[in-house]
Amino acid sequence: MEIDPFIFRFSIFILAIFVGYYVVWSVTPSLHTPLMSVTNAISSVIIVGAIIAALTSSSNNIFETSNIFGFLAIVLAAVNIFGGFLVTQRMLQMYKKKKKDKK
Amino acid sequence: MISANLSAVFYLFSGILFILALRGLSSPETSRQGNLFGILGMIIAITVTFLTVGNFSTAMNYVLLFLVIGGAIGAFIAFKIPMTAMPELVAGFHSLVGLAAVFVAISAFLNPQAFNLGSPGNIKLASLIEMSIGAAVGAITFSGSIIAFLKLRGIMSGSPITFIGQHFLNLILGISIFVLIYYLCTTQSENFFWSMIAVSFLIGVLLIIPIGGADMPVVISMLNSYSGWAAAGIGFTLENTALIITGALVGSSGAILSYIMCKGMNRSFFSVILGGFGGESTTGKEKKKDQKPVKSGNAEDAAFLLKNASSVIIVPGYGMAVAQAQHALREMVDALKKNDIKVSYAVHPVAGRMPGHMNVLLAEANVPYDEVFELDDINNDFANTDVAFVIGANDVTNPVAKTDPQSPIYGMPVLDVEKCKSVLFVKRSLSPGYAGVDNELFYRDNTLMLFADAKKMTEDIVKNI
Repeated sequence: MEIDPFIFRFSIFILAIFVGYYVVWSVTPSLHTPLMSVTNAISSVIIVGAIIAALTSSSNNIFETSNIFGFLAIVLAAVNIFGGFLVTQRMLQMYKKKKKDKK
Repeated sequence: MISANLSAVFYLFSGILFILALRGLSSPETSRQGNLFGILGMIIAITVTFLTVGNFSTAMNYVLLFLVIGGAIGAFIAFKIPMTAMPELVAGFHSLVGLAAVFVAISAFLNPQAFNLGSPGNIKLASLIEMSIGAAVGAITFSGSIIAFLKLRGIMSGSPITFIGQHFLNLILGISIFVLIYYLCTTQSENFFWSMIAVSFLIGVLLIIPIGGADMPVVISMLNSYSGWAAAGIGFTLENTALIITGALVGSSGAILSYIMCKGMNRSFFSVILGGFGGESTTGKEKKKDQKPVKSGNAEDAAFLLKNASSVIIVPGYGMAVAQAQHALREMVDALKKNDIKVSYAVHPVAGRMPGHMNVLLAEANVPYDEVFELDDINNDFANTDVAFVIGANDVTNPVAKTDPQSPIYGMPVLDVEKCKSVLFVKRSLSPGYAGVDNELFYRDNTLMLFADAKKMTEDIVKNI
């Protein structure tokens, strides 16, 4: 009997939860805010679905309802991707070590 | 156009880059590189999608146009936003992820052929369930984050909104989602799909309105987690590995943060969700307040105390963020350091309105991150410290959490500021903190209250040092 491809995806999902669990516990508490903004940015990889939704139409009309929802989702996800990564970068630039001469 | 197998490999690769992005955050030195991994992963995912679809028609121009519009808005916000507004920014961003998930799910429902899910009215059962879950969680994330945003922004009152039968109503609505999904699957009727989304929006609102301001760190982390699960749900629908991996990562990240925040307040996740905590609840302590004497001082007194200390621990809280006092604070610390006074910072896990809020503000004010300590690392030092300078924090210093089992904050880990030789409290009034609990520290002999705006007071102290 063949295994449903869903089971494979589900396995990836569960394994990724475990990876996430261990990786996030090792994040230093002082970087929890950047952690939130960067997870925000990467979860916007949902834009992948939005692009497919926007570009695929069943007729010659490129603005079918399903496409419009795709375009809207692209805008939302793009705000998040650029905003999320840039604000994370801005925050991380601020984390500096003590200067040696001050000791 | 590239093959589905090749693109799947690339999606896996970008999923791995996202894991490395989070891994980088284990220390500030590696974090910037981690962020670049994240950006690279995103670029790969988007490029591969373009190549897979391979439809370089006029629609493509619109896609790029919308991408640029969204990107420009995002970049503008990222550069303009003040660091003190970070909690509401993150809440706002969560709402966008949620709404994007809903839109993608709607699009997949209307045009399932685009994703090989069957045809309208005849969508594969598994896909239908997956997209329903994605849409429902996305909708809850969206409306919940909007409420959190309004509360954090101060547009909506931070005090909990509760009414009779609230939990019962939420339960009914929660069950109705499953019922609607069931009927959607059996009938494939559009109406059930739309009503399910509408009910989910409503649940999002109802879930967050009863939660008070002090519990916001938990709420934000929780919504962070939801946005991840929504993305994962859509990832299953689209059979996309990058989305599934990312959704799982973000989901577990948010869940862990919620757990850490709950532990920081010694509250169970459940009691936070049920809400109602941290309003203007009357604990019957109002009367005692007037009777107890309070020592209050001015900037000169504070400067005198600080100058004659040999070690100082700064305890920042939400009040510092509100008053934007972090830069003035840093100037004060510089002045103290010139006098050879040892200064460190103690940050409580739930200080502020989101995980790590204080650390970002201090970093913004150029405070080196190795002078900032977490609760467990610094709590023993208070006993050997001359002055604790509490600026805008309250509940996280309240010794009642250790002594009075009757108190609503009993058991919460607190900073032992009372063990210092003297305590300076910068605060606008004697009013209790968000937990609605009076802080007995205010009335101790070794406490000097400095009633003023945190920023103004700190500036005045600098002048007097």
